[in-house]
Amino acid sequence: MSSATKFKRTSMIGLGIAIALLVTSIIVNLLPLPNDSIWKVLFGVSTLNFTLRATIPLALGAMAGILCERTGIINIGIEGMMLAGAFAGFVVKVLTNDWPLMASLLAGVAAALIAGALMGYIHALFSIKFKMDQIISGTFLILLALGLTSYLFNPDWVAEGKFSPIAIPVLSDIPVIGDVFFNNPPITYTALILVVLLHIGLFHTKWGLRSRAAGEHPRAADTLGVNVNFYRYLNTTLGGMVAGLAGGFLVLEAVGQFQEGMTAGRGFISLAAMIFGNWMPFGALGAATLFGYTQGVQNALLLAGVVDIPRHFISMLPYVVTIIAVAGLVGRVRPPAAEGKVYETEGSSE
Amino acid sequence: MPTQPTPVLEVKHVTKRFPGVVANDDVNLTLYEGEILALLGENGAGKSTLMNIIYGLYKPTEGEIYVRGKKVEMKSPRDAIALGIGMVHQHFQLVPVMTVAENIMLGAESVKRGLLDVKKVAQEIQELSHRYHLDVDPYAVVEDLPVGVQQRVEIIKALYREAEILILDEPTAVLTPQEIEGLFEIMKRLQSQGKSIIFISHKLKEVLYISDRIVVLRDGKVVGETTPAEATQEKLAAMMVGREVILTVEKEPARPGKVVLEVKDLKARSDLGEPALRGVSFQVHEGEILGVAGVQGNGQTELVEVITSLRKAESGQVIINGEEMTNASPRAITQKGQSSHVPEDRHAYGMVASYSVADNLVLNTYNLPPFAKGIRINRPAIIRHAEELIEKFDVRTPGPHTPAGSLSGGNQQKMVVAREFSRPIKLLIAAQPTRGIDVGSIEFIHNQIVAKRDEGVAVLLVSAELDEIMALSDRIAVMYKGEILDIVPREEATRENIGLLMMGVKRGEKVGATS
Ligand SMILES: Nc1ncnc2c1ncn2[C@@H]1O[C@H](COP(=O)(O)OP(=O)(O)O)[C@@H](O)[C@H]1O
Ligand SMILES: [Mg+2]
Repeated sequence: MSSATKFKRTSMIGLGIAIALLVTSIIVNLLPLPNDSIWKVLFGVSTLNFTLRATIPLALGAMAGILCERTGIINIGIEGMMLAGAFAGFVVKVLTNDWPLMASLLAGVAAALIAGALMGYIHALFSIKFKMDQIISGTFLILLALGLTSYLFNPDWVAEGKFSPIAIPVLSDIPVIGDVFFNNPPITYTALILVVLLHIGLFHTKWGLRSRAAGEHPRAADTLGVNVNFYRYLNTTLGGMVAGLAGGFLVLEAVGQFQEGMTAGRGFISLAAMIFGNWMPFGALGAATLFGYTQGVQNALLLAGVVDIPRHFISMLPYVVTIIAVAGLVGRVRPPAAEGKVYETEGSSE
Repeated sequence: MPTQPTPVLEVKHVTKRFPGVVANDDVNLTLYEGEILALLGENGAGKSTLMNIIYGLYKPTEGEIYVRGKKVEMKSPRDAIALGIGMVHQHFQLVPVMTVAENIMLGAESVKRGLLDVKKVAQEIQELSHRYHLDVDPYAVVEDLPVGVQQRVEIIKALYREAEILILDEPTAVLTPQEIEGLFEIMKRLQSQGKSIIFISHKLKEVLYISDRIVVLRDGKVVGETTPAEATQEKLAAMMVGREVILTVEKEPARPGKVVLEVKDLKARSDLGEPALRGVSFQVHEGEILGVAGVQGNGQTELVEVITSLRKAESGQVIINGEEMTNASPRAITQKGQSSHVPEDRHAYGMVASYSVADNLVLNTYNLPPFAKGIRINRPAIIRHAEELIEKFDVRTPGPHTPAGSLSGGNQQKMVVAREFSRPIKLLIAAQPTRGIDVGSIEFIHNQIVAKRDEGVAVLLVSAELDEIMALSDRIAVMYKGEILDIVPREEATRENIGLLMMGVKRGEKVGATS
């Protein structure tokens, strides 16, 4: 077996778990079980709904990470980019409260995208132009976002309304699957479509081929006339945008309001999902689902109160699973080879 | 050569300065249509720099480049590619995790309805491999391919872009003798199809064999031009190094003493888990050089790794100075076994590129006095030691504090040799000690190896260069498929009988199909 195949397989562990989860859930929901059975708690439709809601920001964060890191820019600043997106989306939503709801929400989304893109661009600028250590630049972005948003945030601001679910005709009538997947608000749909698009983009388009080459072996790309730093700027900015959208999701679709530090480590869990998924979009989606599910279960267990475990332990669940998942993967995943390395050249392509 | 040679590429008065270095100094060079021009020069002579300028990767500080009579200004390799220039770099420029097809189309992608058209590219690759006999599988992942095949991918990459001028930067440095022959055939075929080729090498024989014309570069300057008909190895070596070089090693007959290294029925597996050593036995005595010849990949690498404990032996014994050392720690082998190891892959095992020359020179003695005082490191002693060795082994470095990675290959190797040779040792294991380095350094290292032998050290020399084995060894062991097929005293060894053994034919056996 070639090593490439080995790594490809690893990336699918998360996806396999996610699919197994869905299948179990379908079976459980079709069986005539009492509502308080532990199976219903663990695999019921409401648990899955919660799982999806917890998964979306993680998946978006992971896609943001993949975009940057596939071109060779390490991005640990996703947490900050998300937070900036959340805050910008919130502020614009508040400012446009008197607009029609949809217009106001879309304005919020646009603001989240722009804020994220800006953060991404700053990260690219620091990393490429100023050759700053990429970990430091990422950390700086997190601190910047945390500091700035809590300084500017005014608790009296209230956003009115958030995205509501749009049922897809016919599909939403399918039992279980319809309830879980085809009756969601718009950013959720967008995120899922984005995963598919990113996969196609990375592995089946010119842009993707060049982006990956920039992250694996920039010199090789350069000798073929590919402008490495152009792709690094482009994708880091796009990645910032996607992270911004994750923040927008939290404010405009999930919670409806902004809270200080509301990303609560999701940017970091996203990175774990990206690694667990071996920098592959579907792999990362699977991993994000796994992590999202632990949050879903945590929620369901706390609500149902069915087990005799102190709730602090239940609350630890998502983080413990994240640590175990990532620690268990040492040597089984492979980051882009040129990650974190500045690429310098005398010529300038394109 | 054609009767009326037309220049396809002209380099006029090109100078390239890097901070503190003049890599090319007023270089003039002409490449004629359909010829193979050899560019010969020691490591650091400026060959790669000149080629990178022609390929648009570097901008010349001064000077001009003409392609087919027209002055060109290249901003990036993209411009060079458009002018029909293709280059196979000294260090392959392939993305290891991508397929052959992806590597080849990168930057010149075929697209159908917005998506990559891999099928079409694969088909074009197959056509090219057919036309030039460059056998590759477009769907193979590059990292799974042997270097020889990777090189073919590099050549196809250039041909795919319809290169008419091909630059091959030290293409033979990484190849086995057989692969080199294959490459030469390919070069001849490319030439017959009208391509013009610049072939870079510092191996005299190759240059004399394959080229139509030879240009010699030294210290960034063109110091001479000749043809294989007029030149000899000695003349070329002198031009290259700037002084007379003795190509044959002078040595007294060996005076072997007692056994220092004994290997008994050694078995081990390769990285892929396949049997690599299938019961190897031999002895090396004080004051003799045992050369291990063989085509690359017949277990030589594993043999050295097992003896130095970098790989586990499955069964069998390694006995050093009468003491069983099978699977002991590498430190025990070097310190208790009083042995030295010049590893095959100096970048992976011989040095730490980011460490200074001084630190590299104490990599295996830093924990011993005088370099260690209790738990502390004695800096002044390390620096003094470094200065001494730099002088004695002629390591060309700005100073002991320079990172080892920035030295030329030959000087890195001299640094490794300096470290390994300067300790009191009884056993020396040298694997490919002169691979990829220049004639001047080769001469030096060869003399050092012989000097060690004359001091009474037992030397195990592993080399893929038959010439090197013949020049240095007192006895020659030939490895084939993980076994020692035979051990021949130097007096009885000829290129022919060793060559046959390398192909797996034992002495006295008839070669079946020869007529
Ligand atoms: N990018 C660079 N920056 C600084 N010095 C360089 C660079 N590339 C090469 N050099 C120096 O230029 C000289 C010529 O190097 P090179 O062209 O690689 O030689 P060759 O290919 O003949 O071995 C060497 O002294 C080398 O150290
Ligand atoms: Mg070179």
